[in-house]
Amino acid sequence: MKPSEIKDLIDFIDKSNLDEVNIETENFKISARKNATKTVVEQVVTSLAPASVALPQGVRQAEAPITSSAAPASVAEAPGKKTIEIKSPMIGTLYRSASPDKPFFVNVGDEVKVGQTVCVIEAMKLFNEIESDVNGRIVKISVENASPVEFDQVLFVVEPA
Amino acid sequence: MFKKILIANRGEIALRIIRTCREMGIKTVAVYSTADKESLHVRFADEAVCIGPPLSKSSYLNIPNLIAAAEITNADAIHPGYGFLSENAEFSRICQEYGIKFIGATADMINAMGDKATAKATMKKAGVPTIPGSEGLVDSIKEGIKIANKIKYPVILKATAGGGGRGMRVVNNDGEFEKAWNDAKMESEAAFGNDALYLEKFVEEPRHIEIQIVGDQFGKVCHLSERDCSIQRRHQKLVEETPSPVVNQKLREKMGEAAIKGAKSIKYEGAGTIEFLVDKHGDFYFMEMNTRIQVEHPITEEVTNFDLIKEQIKVAAGIPISGKNYFPEFFAMECRINAEDPLNGFRPNPGKITNLNIPGGHGVRVDTHIYAGYTIPPNYDSMIAKLIVTARTREEVIVRMKRALQEFVIEGIKTTIPFHIKLMDDPQFQSGKFTTKFLENFDFSTL
Repeated sequence: MKPSEIKDLIDFIDKSNLDEVNIETENFKISARKNATKTVVEQVVTSLAPASVALPQGVRQAEAPITSSAAPASVAEAPGKKTIEIKSPMIGTLYRSASPDKPFFVNVGDEVKVGQTVCVIEAMKLFNEIESDVNGRIVKISVENASPVEFDQVLFVVEPA
Repeated sequence: MFKKILIANRGEIALRIIRTCREMGIKTVAVYSTADKESLHVRFADEAVCIGPPLSKSSYLNIPNLIAAAEITNADAIHPGYGFLSENAEFSRICQEYGIKFIGATADMINAMGDKATAKATMKKAGVPTIPGSEGLVDSIKEGIKIANKIKYPVILKATAGGGGRGMRVVNNDGEFEKAWNDAKMESEAAFGNDALYLEKFVEEPRHIEIQIVGDQFGKVCHLSERDCSIQRRHQKLVEETPSPVVNQKLREKMGEAAIKGAKSIKYEGAGTIEFLVDKHGDFYFMEMNTRIQVEHPITEEVTNFDLIKEQIKVAAGIPISGKNYFPEFFAMECRINAEDPLNGFRPNPGKITNLNIPGGHGVRVDTHIYAGYTIPPNYDSMIAKLIVTARTREEVIVRMKRALQEFVIEGIKTTIPFHIKLMDDPQFQSGKFTTKFLENFDFSTL
């Protein structure tokens, strides 16, 4: 699908009462959903997946290889606001507070500063404090307390100051 | 038996391990750096976790990341593959501390074989033939000449801090000794900042022949015969074959027994390989031991009909081996296909594979992680496929290998396939009479 066609699709959904549109052909699959603040587009080019590979259960579709000629999967931004993601710098178990009886380091709506601890990640019995590298406001928390996280996983979404 | 194995590796060997686990009904966890997100091993495993950025040090070599990955996925064992942390005693020890079974050697076994001097001493004590030489460093020319006459010329002076062929000088007689001594000392001081030398008998026209062994947790060790890995360029193996053209059954049994003796002396557990140098007289000398599965293990699998990864897992799970030895029933050969340009000094050539045709047919096996559309990341080694061919005679193997190489289409990057095709046509290679020096005189300019 050409980038202009994808844009038309996004505009179409935005203006309509539809919440979700899915299109699938032999060569690709595209799925576009509206949520509260923005329209999300995922394009999966399945023709490049090796024919002999039967994707095992549970493999996320979003990881199919995408060539440079196809439009890259992208998140259409909500009107006006740009956000920055705080991603995990390591793999381990994430905790939102220093200990079970203490309050969470941050909640949605909180202001954060560079260097401020937003969570801890435990690996090999060592607790690592994860600090924010942006100034701004937490608009979304993408992980649950006491859940496993991997490298580069999105933890928090921040609206920069 | 293990319920879930985490594979602490990437590329073709990760895929290899996943395949066997699937056949054994064991769940698999793949780990990957961000550069390997589109890799096949990630897609074939039951679960996959991202453990770091492209740099190996921060991902595949990062012990806390690997242990954390095993913890959050509840893996009860880790298979380290080859390279990376497969012979890292610290990693083996930490796995044990954290209650995760390391499918490989224990820290003690790795340490015993890791240091060249210690390994040689251990093997010598076990009665395994080692290269005669000085006991440690040589302090003077006078001492050197004395030792040389005892072990008989030719001898080689080697830098203790050395490697890669530097700080070495062959000496053929007493008259050459002083100059060789001074040259070697100067070169090793320049290259390694350490001019200490030791002396060894110079093994003439050596072939690199290794013995595959498997040891269980109960003290039993068996061997699965030899692999001849003499086709090397700058000490990197390019082609391996079994059986070796210069090993008859008598020598095979002698080397096998020596390998078993050596492995038993350190109570070795797991699959391992003992490398020997074999000279033109058929005398063999211990060189080193690799306490892991090797790249070229498939050729042994094809001629003995054993799944060596399965044997590793079984032994790690505490299943005893029979103790029987195994001998080649056919001939097999492996060509390592690298993303390198053989016409330009084997320069690495990462990039996107635009077109791919994998060879097939009777007696052809390809172990690879590449697919059409895959981009080879520049961050890791350049081996992209192993082409393994089996037949009833060595001549048939060579003919079949050439046929399979010609079918092997990889477009978008340069590979070493043209070199392998030329090698199959080479009369000296076909004769089976070559040493580790063979490729030094090979003409790479016309491929």
